[in-house]
Amino acid sequence: MSKSSIVIAGAGQAGFQAAASLREKGHDGSIVLVGDEPSLPYQHPPLSKSYLLGKLDHAALQFRPESFFRENRIEHRAGLKIETIDREAHQAVLQNGEAIPYDHLILALGARNRPLPVPGAGLKGVFQLRTVEDADALRESLDRGRQVVVIGGGFIGLEFATIAAERGAEVTVIETADRPMARVLSKEMSSYFRTVHEAHGIRFIFGATAARLSGNSKVEVVETLDGQQFPADLVLVCIGVIPNTEIASQAGLATGNGIIVNEYLVTSDPTISAIGDCALHPNPYAASGIIRLESVQGAVDQARCVADRLTGHPAPYCSLPWFWSEQGTLRLQIAGLTQPHDHTVVRKSPPGEKEGMSVYCFRANRLVGVESANRPLDHALARKLLSGKGETPGPEQVATADFELKAWVKD
Amino acid sequence: MPSVTYVNSNGSRKTVSVAAGKSIMAAAVENNIDGIVGQCGGNAICGTCHVYVDPSQLSLLEPARDDEAATLEIVAAERRPNSRLGCQIEVKPELDGLVVEMPEYQL
Ligand SMILES: Cc1cc2nc3c(=O)[nH]c(=O)nc-3n(C[C@H](O)[C@H](O)[C@H](O)COP(=O)(O)OP(=O)(O)OC[C@H]3O[C@@H](n4cnc5c(N)ncnc54)[C@H](O)[C@@H]3O)c2cc1C
Repeated sequence: MSKSSIVIAGAGQAGFQAAASLREKGHDGSIVLVGDEPSLPYQHPPLSKSYLLGKLDHAALQFRPESFFRENRIEHRAGLKIETIDREAHQAVLQNGEAIPYDHLILALGARNRPLPVPGAGLKGVFQLRTVEDADALRESLDRGRQVVVIGGGFIGLEFATIAAERGAEVTVIETADRPMARVLSKEMSSYFRTVHEAHGIRFIFGATAARLSGNSKVEVVETLDGQQFPADLVLVCIGVIPNTEIASQAGLATGNGIIVNEYLVTSDPTISAIGDCALHPNPYAASGIIRLESVQGAVDQARCVADRLTGHPAPYCSLPWFWSEQGTLRLQIAGLTQPHDHTVVRKSPPGEKEGMSVYCFRANRLVGVESANRPLDHALARKLLSGKGETPGPEQVATADFELKAWVKD
Repeated sequence: MPSVTYVNSNGSRKTVSVAAGKSIMAAAVENNIDGIVGQCGGNAICGTCHVYVDPSQLSLLEPARDDEAATLEIVAAERRPNSRLGCQIEVKPELDGLVVEMPEYQL
């Protein structure tokens, strides 16, 4: 197996990591990393954070310099889209007809932004944020945006909202749900973020859905379904993503809200794996048993899991999910999968410590995750606790005045 | 430019010039230095750029902030008094000649 040819489709976080880990773990055959983006593989998270603020340059986004790929014999083929997978012939076929043969194919296709399905969404001044090109365009216009409307109050939308507000823009966030980050956060943490963001001048319009964008040469107004109108000279659309599953489903692989894989991250074809944002995988931490993650952690740990298997050390994927987001003065960190939960215990920073809080989320009396705002130690300890096999505290214990998370974490 | 020496867990050393303002983690990545991962991209969250700073030079560094100190709690290899996260050490002229040792593993 170690002399086999491995083709990786998609050169993002997961694809890059798979290539690097395969070499590190001793794969000796060829590795071809095919990506449709023109640049060397780069990280997304800074695009809505330090990169947008101009604190990082392009080169600093890249995972590794070009020499890394050469030295590790990773053939990175940039700017090429895989059109079809020929499973009979074991080939990934490019747009230009070129067929790349594989013994094993790893699909690391990521996800794309959900387009805003309303009139005016294509107007000048309307942006989305996923690629470095998106970020460059947004960065370029940021200082001209005085009236900013963010459509969608999820992580990326709010990261951008805080940056725009810091720059002095008037920022309105339009969100269909009744609270920010509703899909992923407890009510308590969601409302904490809302309060802090509002104190920094961000205005939230909940229960509202964008219905129309209008303007002459560029966007001027965002109108909601219920007829409210918001003047805007810059609009960011962040209404979630669609996993890139098409080439998999066209090839007859099982797909749903992602490419379906088993606990070893193998698709319905044993010679094809799927990882990262595109993979709908069994996850021991998910209440429903299966989930599609959109996180650096998921991409990286799944890539490593597949690299282990392909180098002769198969093990089911079972890494603890964790996530972070930076929103102005708040750093959000999540350990575990907190949704759904039926009980929470909120612990605020004691006087004398930096203001913040952690929300301990329980499902049927079991601690399933901890959400922290400006409480990095709670996050670190929760990750250690939840990824171990040891006993976890119940809600009454967490609620006692002298509760110490550290006491539960064994080395 | 200040120089920084990276010492692998097997003892091999590599010295590189680093522009002031860059982190020990970013410089390692740019110079293809094995033993530093930098999974979260420099946010003091993942703990995969753990280094042991030469004890005699430890006092040259700013103390770890709360987020770095927290993440040092969950680094994979042994945490020692001179443990730091490479992403939180910004290179500056006073740090010329800094020596950092990488742990055997980061994960
Ligand atoms: C702005 C932004 C901020 C984020 N912030 C955070 C954060 O703070 N914390 C966190 O944990 N996560 C964050 N994420 C999420 C994280 O970046 C993703 O979960 C991660 O990049 C997923 O890796 P992936 O390899 O699955 O997908 P991607 O990194 O998206 O890579 C997929 C690649 O495949 C390419 N591709 C798709 N189809 C084809 C094809 N047919 N042929 C060739 N190439 C193809 C795509 O163009 C893309 O380059 C953020 C994402 C964005 C966009």
